[in-house]
Amino acid sequence: MDRRTVLKGLAGAGGLALTGLSAPAIAQGASARTLRFVPQANLANFDPIWGTQYVVRNAAAMVWDTLYGIDSSLQPQRQMVESEEVTDDGTTWTFKLRPGLKFHDGEPVLSKDVVASLTRWSARDPMGLMIKALQQELTAVDDRTFKWVLKQPFPKMLYALAKNNSPCGFIMPERIAQTDPFKQITDYVGSGPMKFAKGEWVPGAKAVFEKFTDYVPRQEKASWLAGGKQILVDRVEWIVMPDPATAAAALQNGEVDWWESPIADLVPVLKKNKNIGVDIGDPLGNIGSFRMNHLFAPFNDVRARRAVLMALSQEDYMRAIVGDDTALWKPLPGFFTPDTPLYSEAGGEILKGKRDFDAAKKLLAESGYSGQPVTCLVAQDQPITKAQGDVTADLLKKLGMNVDFVATDWGTVGSRRAQKTPPGQGGWNMFHTWHAGADCINPAPYTAIRANGDKAWFGWPNSPGTEKEVASWFEAKNLDEEKAAIGRLNKAALDDVVYAPTGFFLSYTAWRKNVSGITKGPLPFFWGVSKSA
Amino acid sequence: MLSYILRRVVATLPVMAIVALFVFSLLYIAPGDPAVVIAGDQASPEDVERIRQSLGLNRPFLVQFGSWVWRILHGDLGTSIFTNLPVSAMIGQRLGPTLSLMIVTLLLTIVVAVPLGVVAAWKAGSLIDRVIMGFAVFGFSLPVFVVGYMLAYIFALELEWLPVQGYTPLSSGFWPWLENLILPAVALGCVYIALVARITRAAMLEVLQQDYIRTAKAKGLGQGGILFIHALKNAAVPIVTVIGIGIALLIGGAVVTESVFAIPGLGRLTIDAILRRDYPVIQGIVLLFSFVYVLVNLMIDVVYTLVDPRIRY
Repeated sequence: MDRRTVLKGLAGAGGLALTGLSAPAIAQGASARTLRFVPQANLANFDPIWGTQYVVRNAAAMVWDTLYGIDSSLQPQRQMVESEEVTDDGTTWTFKLRPGLKFHDGEPVLSKDVVASLTRWSARDPMGLMIKALQQELTAVDDRTFKWVLKQPFPKMLYALAKNNSPCGFIMPERIAQTDPFKQITDYVGSGPMKFAKGEWVPGAKAVFEKFTDYVPRQEKASWLAGGKQILVDRVEWIVMPDPATAAAALQNGEVDWWESPIADLVPVLKKNKNIGVDIGDPLGNIGSFRMNHLFAPFNDVRARRAVLMALSQEDYMRAIVGDDTALWKPLPGFFTPDTPLYSEAGGEILKGKRDFDAAKKLLAESGYSGQPVTCLVAQDQPITKAQGDVTADLLKKLGMNVDFVATDWGTVGSRRAQKTPPGQGGWNMFHTWHAGADCINPAPYTAIRANGDKAWFGWPNSPGTEKEVASWFEAKNLDEEKAAIGRLNKAALDDVVYAPTGFFLSYTAWRKNVSGITKGPLPFFWGVSKSA
Repeated sequence: MLSYILRRVVATLPVMAIVALFVFSLLYIAPGDPAVVIAGDQASPEDVERIRQSLGLNRPFLVQFGSWVWRILHGDLGTSIFTNLPVSAMIGQRLGPTLSLMIVTLLLTIVVAVPLGVVAAWKAGSLIDRVIMGFAVFGFSLPVFVVGYMLAYIFALELEWLPVQGYTPLSSGFWPWLENLILPAVALGCVYIALVARITRAAMLEVLQQDYIRTAKAKGLGQGGILFIHALKNAAVPIVTVIGIGIALLIGGAVVTESVFAIPGLGRLTIDAILRRDYPVIQGIVLLFSFVYVLVNLMIDVVYTLVDPRIRY
């Protein structure tokens, strides 16, 4: 019996006991003006440009506003910006800010603040870096107008400023935004609908956000990061709970109101409680993956990579990650997020149908593989990577490969995967990870799909065909052109096995039923969320 | 005695220095890189290198160690790589919950385990003795997290008497402070109570066979007086020793207990820091725990002289 089994059993028993008979819990008398939220992870730092973890982005979205915001149809919408103009040649963008915008210290939001913020953002963000490479000048024209002049057009400008992928283009006061992008800010004066209560911050335990009464929301209905960000509670408390069973019990007991990411094991228990609502949290989900090192044998030969893909069963991976709840996963014969406009299965036949081990073994032999150890890094402290690692080890053994299974922690994987030395000298052959579906809707934020050799993500794939289609997407002028480019890209990336997708999976979110207004999205949105006593 | 205490305090300095060197070296050679964690998945190797430089992690070992020691000597434990907050402030934030948990657990242990051990020795071989020792074996065998979940289920979810999680500072009132600590202290205390009860029983059994106990009985002294005044005082040295050793158990157990009951204490801070490779925080906490452990040992030595006047240093 392991710890997970015990907590599941006990949480289950608690859930059964409470079903239908729940008496008022101790902490339910707390003010309905305070929303108590259990985030997916600890808010260990609070600089969304310096630290790009999603939990930081999620908190920052409350405190800092953006010029544009992505909406639920994945389109950029004006947020702090009132209007924009672009010259016919596409090289000069002129933006005008909405009137009445204020920072949390009462100072107005001015163009100079925006220029400083974009300068800092563009030094760290992949799309920002692309714009910076084309930049001729970024200047404040007057207090509400600023201009971005480029050497050549960048059609995805508004998407870059609106995107929800970390780091987002958050607008900070000039004095804060002038901080070196590789150093942390210490002043958290924001431009968004909530203020960060720095004095109450206990990293690893608690973070508090208070309603900013001078915030001027847009008139449109809120939709993800766009529209009117109406805050309906006075205070949002983030309570960090490292133990899922504790979070489940606290939610059942009314000690917290909303749990961002319940683990799949505990969801049946929560569903049985009449006071708790459960639904898919982020419809964009996640893409499981493992990456093979293209620099060293055996995976420097595309035949070895394709052999693994031919034998790989995505169902095995998905069941290992999310269990038997079939609503939580689907196969993914490609690289882009399902149910989004650019989703493609072009070239995905290799991942479909019955797995052919005999053909895979034959192809592996043709690649010249002769039993050398395959160093497989598996972080044991991340349930998703651990589950995938176990399946991969089994898969490789069935293929007749000699697996050097390195069970370690995520911190070690994080640094070892950057090593370009041979596997026997501190390097590696494979590691497991996953990508937020929001990062895989198009190539702009999708670092993992890039295949530009030395400059590519870990594994350093070199696939000119893939890179050519990435460029085609950036140059596409309409959705049809984008779709065509992505279809070709998907096929090229699968042909060369840039990485191995192990499937698409979703996760739940859970809340007390006295909380309303929670919307599905790639991050928890606190605007429009209210709580009754 | 005073000179002994001073000598012992001075003797802790080389111990602390060795601990410091050991901890620093261990972290230096351990795999993992905080710059990689900070930079995130999207970062380029150049970004990671710039972060590493800005944190001073690319400097030679001796330079980093020397700079750290220099700061320690000036009372500065450094700044967390991740939160950008002073390590001393972070430890200060977390000290209250951990100290509270340890004190309540310690008191609970002494109040429960010592009488249980005395009674078990007094009734050695009887049903009461077997029940108490059975409980001790049970308590010692159950992992802290299992006890924690069981207690939370019964007393928080079922009976709704106590909260599932969290910590309320003493400044908010005695009962709010205590109600958050009862379940964690019982969960953490189980192992400790079992250990102390067994040692107390063993020590008492030996003492109860001494001639002066027979003499006390012959003089007509009451059972309570014999057990708790004459026998217990003479059995106290091993009991005090195991209570002291047990503080190390408490430190280890606090890590799990704080996670299970979501108490924002030093145990959780330690785990978070290790997983993120937040070197200054790890170093600061290990130094603090080492100091506490050395101090507890010193206190035990001093307590020996109080319970046994024959012991002199």
